[in-house]
Amino acid sequence: MADHDEQRLQPQDLGYDPNFVPDSVKSFVVHLYRQIREKNVYEIHQLYEASFQTLSERHFKDTPWPSVDAVAQYVDNDHVFCLLYREMWFRHLYARLTPTLRQRIDSWDNYCSLFQVVLHGVVNMQLPNQWLWDMVDEFVYQFQSFCQYRAKMKNKTEQEIALLRQFDQAWNVFGVLNFLQALVEKSAIIQILEQEKEGLEQFTANDGYDYNGGSNVLKVLGYFSMVGLLRVHCLLGDYDTGLKCLQPIDISQPGVFNIVIGCHITTIYHYGFANLMLRRYVEAIREFNKILLYIFKTKVYHQKSPQYEQILKKNEQMYALLAICLSLCPQSKLVDETVNSQLREKYGEKMSRMQRYDDEAFAMYDELFSYACPKFITPSAPSFEEPLVNYNQDAYRLQLKLFLYEAKQQQLLSGLRTFLKVYSTISLAKLASYMEVDEPTLRTILLTYKHKTHAVDSAGKVISNADVNFFIDDDTIHVVESKPPKRYGDYFIRQVALVCLRLQCCLCFSGLSRIIIISYITILFLHVYSFKG
Amino acid sequence: MGRETAKAQQGTAYTVEQLVAFNRYNPDILPDLENYVNDQVSSQTYSLESNLCLLRLYQFEPEKMSSQIVARILVKALMAMPAPDFSLCLFLIPERVQMEEQFKTLIVLSHYLETGRFRQFWDEAAKSRHIVEAVPGFEQAIQDYAIHVLSLTYQRIPRTVLAEAINIEGLALDKFLEHQVANSGWVIEKSQGRGQLIVLPRDEYNDPILKKNTADSVPFEHIAHILNNLS
Repeated sequence: MADHDEQRLQPQDLGYDPNFVPDSVKSFVVHLYRQIREKNVYEIHQLYEASFQTLSERHFKDTPWPSVDAVAQYVDNDHVFCLLYREMWFRHLYARLTPTLRQRIDSWDNYCSLFQVVLHGVVNMQLPNQWLWDMVDEFVYQFQSFCQYRAKMKNKTEQEIALLRQFDQAWNVFGVLNFLQALVEKSAIIQILEQEKEGLEQFTANDGYDYNGGSNVLKVLGYFSMVGLLRVHCLLGDYDTGLKCLQPIDISQPGVFNIVIGCHITTIYHYGFANLMLRRYVEAIREFNKILLYIFKTKVYHQKSPQYEQILKKNEQMYALLAICLSLCPQSKLVDETVNSQLREKYGEKMSRMQRYDDEAFAMYDELFSYACPKFITPSAPSFEEPLVNYNQDAYRLQLKLFLYEAKQQQLLSGLRTFLKVYSTISLAKLASYMEVDEPTLRTILLTYKHKTHAVDSAGKVISNADVNFFIDDDTIHVVESKPPKRYGDYFIRQVALVCLRLQCCLCFSGLSRIIIISYITILFLHVYSFKG
Repeated sequence: MGRETAKAQQGTAYTVEQLVAFNRYNPDILPDLENYVNDQVSSQTYSLESNLCLLRLYQFEPEKMSSQIVARILVKALMAMPAPDFSLCLFLIPERVQMEEQFKTLIVLSHYLETGRFRQFWDEAAKSRHIVEAVPGFEQAIQDYAIHVLSLTYQRIPRTVLAEAINIEGLALDKFLEHQVANSGWVIEKSQGRGQLIVLPRDEYNDPILKKNTADSVPFEHIAHILNNLS
């Protein structure tokens, strides 16, 4: 989805006639319109995912789809359908061609109209989750793309600058955030998720769909907007706020976010990145590990999906981020064997160089960060006074600089770790001479280690991320070997879940046998607890 | 936090926390948030959320930025160490603004605190009194942070090392220690011919043996989830 401005062909060069509607497209819109009216989610999904791609591939490789005016007559000039059609029209244009400024502005207008309709509750459709996710995802992408485009002021024509001034509300950061926030609020999704915990709602169990004749559109858009907000805030460098926006979604549990692979990846990528920037490395490592393992296991099923390339790219980026996390916080015991061997294969050599903390090591940190970070944006409009300068790299440079600053503050810790691993007790004087520093400096390094390995969570609680731990008694360092805790709890849960599953498969429970099984499992749990206690 | 003052100043029924919660992306609350920064300084309270919200608004409309307010936010963020608030703020402040002399100083101060160099920190802070003394409670907040990180690290700490970190010496230090002995469980030991040793209270961080094995617990939700599936 890189934006190669200006180089790509413009549609008019290819003899594109916006009013020409091939028969296959006619039948596509007619079908899609009918299935939407009849609320056949499965068929809508087929048309949306498969047919749209096939037709794009066949007829619209280098040109836009027919204009909405040309197809409106086949769909009763349905207002909402036309908005949805245009949303897809622009999405296709962004993916295959270079949007002009005019088109960027028109696309913004279309999102405004579409979201207004949804927010005012007049939509009575049931749309596939994939489609609703794509809307939020594309909305944020086009915002990011617009900010990048606007920041390249150097070769803007006078006409473009006039348009930018005239339509200064298009893709305005307040507008973007307020739409996402309004979708979250209006959908009452946060309350729905709360009530679900008490068994009063069936949002997750129904995959977000409404089986009582209502519409899923607002609810699910609201849900995905929380992920959209996380992403926008990460693009702005506002990691803490981003994580707060995601908080209503419990990512440790299955949810609607992980039934759409693109959403699942976007969520975890930004969640992990924000935690990395907040120095909560263990949390980032855990989540990256989980999703990388998941992608590894399920990759083959997505090979034909239009998102496949995007999945692979994010997969690679998350390995790079994992390499960074593990270099700053070497806790490979948190990483699954499969993920670990992939990681060694991809970044093994770079990671060992990153441990050295010389100039070359910082060049590695720089390289991996630059490759894997989000496309940061400057949200404010430029000053239109001369001289016009490009500022599209400013936001990225700032985040990179601050990240490298952090890495530099930790540069002596790697050397310290090496010694802590081989001694159980050592005097400060001796360690200072080994590390070729004086004693006061050594004390500061030891304090830095403690400070940097003890993160403070959002509730203000201190969490140890330390791989090797120690304490100082007067002038002697005592190293404490951290034994990996044996995880009986997990093991039992897994076994119990397995037993349940098998039982459910072969038995149709009657009231009595259900009670027996529940008591049996309860007893099992009591065992787990007493065993630990 | 600062609720009463905020109310009195605005003459409305909304607290600043409510303003932030319900109008997170509304440029009109900017003046209220600026006032609130000053309130936090004078009443020695702190709200990271509203300060981040203000920095965000500055980021969206850079022409409205006030350097003085940003400096106050940054000093407050330093005082929140060991929390990463200072970095959180820097992520939102454009680089050219960070080049201003007063911000450069604050960044250096933060660097010393992040890397445990308290001696350099106090020296530098003494040179920049005009910045840090504008915010009441600064010295004590940093001392609290120093004690936090020393407590993570030491079981017994030489008096001189402690004195350097918290920048208190002589009689004042005696008095401080007396207070800590009475209130925070510190114990003073005399080591052979080398001055005092301070015994800090043990917790799971400076005595990892005390760490409870909390990793191996089964969250109730997981059990509930399984039982739920059955019924």
